[in-house]
Amino acid sequence: MSAGDYVIVRLGAQEFGIPVADIRDVLRRQKTTPVPLAPRAIAGLLNLRGRIATAIDLRLRLGLPPAAASAEGTMVVVEREGELYALTVDAVGDVLRIEQDRLEPVPAARDPEWRHVATAVYAAAHGLIVLFDVGRLLDIVPRLRAAS
Amino acid sequence: MDELLRDFIAETMEHLAVLDRDLVAIEENPADSQLLDNAFRSVHSIKGTCGFLGLKRIETLLHAAETLLGKIRDGGLSAAVATTAPAALLGACDRARSLVAALATDGHEPDGADGDIIARLELSARSALALPPAAEMPVADAAAVSANAVTASIRVNLDTIDRLMAEVSELVLARNQLMQVLRGRDDGEAALALQRLSQVTSDLQESVMKARMQPIGQAWAKLPRIVRDLGRELGKKIELKLEGAETELDRQVLELVKDPFTHLVRNAADHGIESATERRRAGKPETGTVILAARQEGGAIVITLCDDGRGIDPEKLRAVARRRGFAGEAELLAMDEHQLQQLVFHPGFTTAAQVTSVSGRGVGLDVVRSNVEKIGGTVDLSSTIGRGTRFTIKIPLTLAIVPALLLDCGGQRFAVPQTAVAELVRIGDGHRVEWIHDAPVLRTRGRLLPLVRLADVLGFGTSAGASESLIAIVGHGTRRFGVMIDGVDDAEEIVVKSLSPVLRGVRLFAGSTILGDGSVVLILDPGALAAAVGTAESGEAALSAAPVSALGTASRGASMLVFRAGDSAKAIPLASIVRIEEVGMREIEQIDGKPALSYRGRFLPLHVFGALGHPANKRRVIIAEHDGKSIGFPVDELLDTVDESLVLDGSMARPGLLGVAALGGRLTEIVDVAHYAATRGAPLPIATRSAA
Repeated sequence: MSAGDYVIVRLGAQEFGIPVADIRDVLRRQKTTPVPLAPRAIAGLLNLRGRIATAIDLRLRLGLPPAAASAEGTMVVVEREGELYALTVDAVGDVLRIEQDRLEPVPAARDPEWRHVATAVYAAAHGLIVLFDVGRLLDIVPRLRAAS
Repeated sequence: MDELLRDFIAETMEHLAVLDRDLVAIEENPADSQLLDNAFRSVHSIKGTCGFLGLKRIETLLHAAETLLGKIRDGGLSAAVATTAPAALLGACDRARSLVAALATDGHEPDGADGDIIARLELSARSALALPPAAEMPVADAAAVSANAVTASIRVNLDTIDRLMAEVSELVLARNQLMQVLRGRDDGEAALALQRLSQVTSDLQESVMKARMQPIGQAWAKLPRIVRDLGRELGKKIELKLEGAETELDRQVLELVKDPFTHLVRNAADHGIESATERRRAGKPETGTVILAARQEGGAIVITLCDDGRGIDPEKLRAVARRRGFAGEAELLAMDEHQLQQLVFHPGFTTAAQVTSVSGRGVGLDVVRSNVEKIGGTVDLSSTIGRGTRFTIKIPLTLAIVPALLLDCGGQRFAVPQTAVAELVRIGDGHRVEWIHDAPVLRTRGRLLPLVRLADVLGFGTSAGASESLIAIVGHGTRRFGVMIDGVDDAEEIVVKSLSPVLRGVRLFAGSTILGDGSVVLILDPGALAAAVGTAESGEAALSAAPVSALGTASRGASMLVFRAGDSAKAIPLASIVRIEEVGMREIEQIDGKPALSYRGRFLPLHVFGALGHPANKRRVIIAEHDGKSIGFPVDELLDTVDESLVLDGSMARPGLLGVAALGGRLTEIVDVAHYAATRGAPLPIATRSAA
């Protein structure tokens, strides 16, 4: 049985999967308008063909070290409750059809933040891919803020 | 809930509001057969729909009301009926309203019966029956009126209209963007096409805005009833006059100002109007009058609420302010009458000797003011003891598009609604920043204004290269404070977009917008800025409301201020404007036969386009500077700031007039400030007037 199509993105050495159904666009990293006082993971706002999207730096979101300022980077645009969010990642790879029977639960030892945003781990031939729940990636931003 | 029922609920609520108004009017004017007809028709049509939808309970109730109205219509409102019928009918109206409200929440009629109300209606109807029939009704007339009332119109879902408005706003943005792209290019054909697009966009915007308009009378429908009930409760005779009820307003704005109106009218009836005895003693007619009037003025609706009641006693205000510690003693003594009157907008303020069930609970005018200011409006008050009080509310026609000023801070631009910015002052230009402990204050015109560094509020810290040479003076409620910024970039009309949920925790911003150049900027919330200044300051309440004009000393060269003076539109580069002051015409003196104004201890020469106007009037004076010399231009009206590249037609040039250009679609004379400054101007003193 199939668990659906995922776009594979890379942050550092780790690969993640974002459900294709949530994705509206993939584009080169754009300049954003910073939002002062916002949670650290919020990279800023950008204009996507007349709509304003909120950019989220997934590295910071997941507690990874920030990318080098010179890094190219890519934005994966997702839509949630009528709002656009641009998730910045290091690189975007292929679309992968995920088979249900090769999914593993997220290991308990993982960072609690990761456990919250991940639905499962996929054992691909070349390594493990952490599958995201986009809603959870976004809905816990206020929690981060409270912690900071 | 199905569409039919939703429509019914909306329609019936409107009908009931109108019915309320008509019934109150019938009570005042029992002989008006037109009113009776209207009331009868309203009840009849709701009842008809109820029958169709199977709403038995409302139908039965309204049937009894209809019967009574029918009897009165056919038999006239005798003295006996006049006392019972309107009250019984209003009771039925209230019951119907609560039933419809329950229907809206539950989707079905609530259980129960309305025997009590129906019994009163029937009792009243029986006394009507005893009368001989009145003269024949002019039936044909009534039919003609109702036929005229039916205009070609359709009901459109509000969501559709809102979506249309959002799309038009996007179109406006796209147009602005295109203008920006093409501005630098020399392409006549594209410019022509753009002009056409621009025109169509503007027309479309106007049409859609018109579609969203509703007569302000809709927000007033409940008021006659409220005043009637209040009058009874308080034992006062009050007449409410509504003028300009047909004035149209954006529905979103209308929703937001409904409550403030109700509050102000209650306030006038409760605190303003005296008891009949008191009025008689004062030699006034026993019946007090409250007039609510609306009219359109440019891009704003001006609503005035006047009562001929006791007025507000400034000494009483001073006493209350002293008792509650709203302001320091010295400050209170220094306040003039108008400044004292503004104290009524202070949170928690009430002068009512006792708290009534109506008002005087200390929740009040401050809420009215903040509600009106939330939508970019202003509230002002003037009052004369023994003569009455007048509130003037100015609200924008629409919220969808907001004129904003773009401020520079730490290399980033932020938008702020123009209505919030009272003025811009440049540090050094007769204004000094001083420090009280750690808090910066601005000494201006003999007063101290609390200051806040925008960079601090934004958490930027001290960054190199920030000049912070400019101060935007922001008014919010009764508070007035300065915001230190690096510069002002531009003025632009913006479409406000709300922030995504992940940013709602950041209270400082009211939203974001896309500018003509495609960049995204954040919109500062003046209320949040006010909170950042802190609550310790009491001084700002003492500062009188300076003329609100979002214009100032600094801007890009091409930005022009367009104004009306001497029957034509004129423009001056913003860069040459030092300040805009509101001046009473009697302050203007004649020096060597030429008008001049005593300003900061010197005489400022004025150039008057057209006539000076009545000495009792106030006018704004633009103070402009060129080459160290200043000159003032009294204006009739400030129209706009535009930032367009000028295409100057110099064929009409003469001394003082550089030529004519189309600015903001208006044929505008471009004033040669250099000419007037050189021929008549005088240097202005740099020193600040002493604080004493």
